[in-house]
Amino acid sequence: MKKHALASAVVFLLLGAAAYGSLFVAPTEKTMGTIQRIFYLHVSSAWTGLTAFFICFIGNLMYVWRREPRWDWVGICAAEVGLVFTTVVLVTGPIWAHPVWGIWWTWDARLTSTFVLWLLYVAYLLLRTLIEEPDRRALFSALFGIFAFIDVPLVFGSIRWWRTQHPQPVVMGGSGSGLEPTMWYVLLFSWGAMLSLMALLMRARYDFEAVRGEMELVRREAEGL
Amino acid sequence: MLSNTTALLGKELRTEFRSRELLTTTVVFILVIVVLFSFTFDPTSAESRRFAGSLLWLAFLFAASLMLQPCFLREQNNDTLSALRLSVADPFAIFVAKLAANTLFLLLTEVLMLPVFSILFNVPVFPVFGQLVVVLFLGSLGVSIAGTALSAISAQARMRELLLPLLLLPLLTPVLVASTYVTIGLLDRAPYMEWKGIGFLATFDVVFLTALWLFGEYLLEE
Repeated sequence: MKKHALASAVVFLLLGAAAYGSLFVAPTEKTMGTIQRIFYLHVSSAWTGLTAFFICFIGNLMYVWRREPRWDWVGICAAEVGLVFTTVVLVTGPIWAHPVWGIWWTWDARLTSTFVLWLLYVAYLLLRTLIEEPDRRALFSALFGIFAFIDVPLVFGSIRWWRTQHPQPVVMGGSGSGLEPTMWYVLLFSWGAMLSLMALLMRARYDFEAVRGEMELVRREAEGL
Repeated sequence: MLSNTTALLGKELRTEFRSRELLTTTVVFILVIVVLFSFTFDPTSAESRRFAGSLLWLAFLFAASLMLQPCFLREQNNDTLSALRLSVADPFAIFVAKLAANTLFLLLTEVLMLPVFSILFNVPVFPVFGQLVVVLFLGSLGVSIAGTALSAISAQARMRELLLPLLLLPLLTPVLVASTYVTIGLLDRAPYMEWKGIGFLATFDVVFLTALWLFGEYLLEE
């Protein structure tokens, strides 16, 4: 309990520092102005969401291979936490886009593939609620999770080639793009803070899922299933 | 492996052609969608050329998500899946046979629908028929590979009729995007073949076929 409280306090300090950094330390962007500061929340959440989905994929693979319930728990907690961060991305995106591009939503490659990614993991969580038997649920949702994750680069590629009007990516884009060094530091720090939040949430969700898994096992045994 | 696959494919085709339930229902379903679509925009305008490709593929995708339902459900209802597993050494053969049959059924309904579609929306398909069949084949193959795998998953769940489209359609985004763009190119006033799209569809097929080869046996566990 004490450890949990300490970890939470550290994470909140980090998040506070990241917020301070993105609001006061990072320089104001020349054309977009203050609104550009949402970038640090937006991009770091996006990267954290992807990290969580990657962890989910590893959990799924490990479950199919080892068949230990703990990998199933990793899968579900990573998917849920990843979904939360992706939702943040989908909400902050339009807030940023509206004053800058004049529209709330554009069918840009990254936006659209994030949306499809979000839908895929919503489907993953839905699938889990629709299979009763725990082992079967774990196996089949893990397999769907694997297919969904493999699909992500293909979704991104297809949308990028045929369906986009997007500006050149700023981070890891072509020549002429790039970030001012301070912006980079603030972005990376924000990402670190978000990752720590992800770890905290996943840890809590994992413990919860473990207890729930045990409970379900006991209940099913008691009911003689 | 090969003889198993052909035997299983024969079984799938025989089951279907005995009743032709799946094919007839799918054809009528596509027809309904195409007609309903025509009410939502002006189908005689020059614009219809631009919409035709997207409309066609959306109709095919919706139809496929329903057509693939009975793929594993039928085995489950008749309790034949375990017998299949016991009689075939390599479970991948079961998938190859099923997805080949599904590709064939899809392709058949699509080719049947093309002339109807051409007449209704006033887009000439015959000058580019060969190229269209290539796109239809690669696209349907992708749909069938992913769809066969996912129908094995959805057959295990409750609300499976609703679940399969929900799992399958977002997963098929790349197929939809690529094949729509190739089709739009082919239906253009000056038709052109978007080879990049063809390559992309082939990549999708190979990637998912490999995934199915790697994980297929787990999909058949009971």
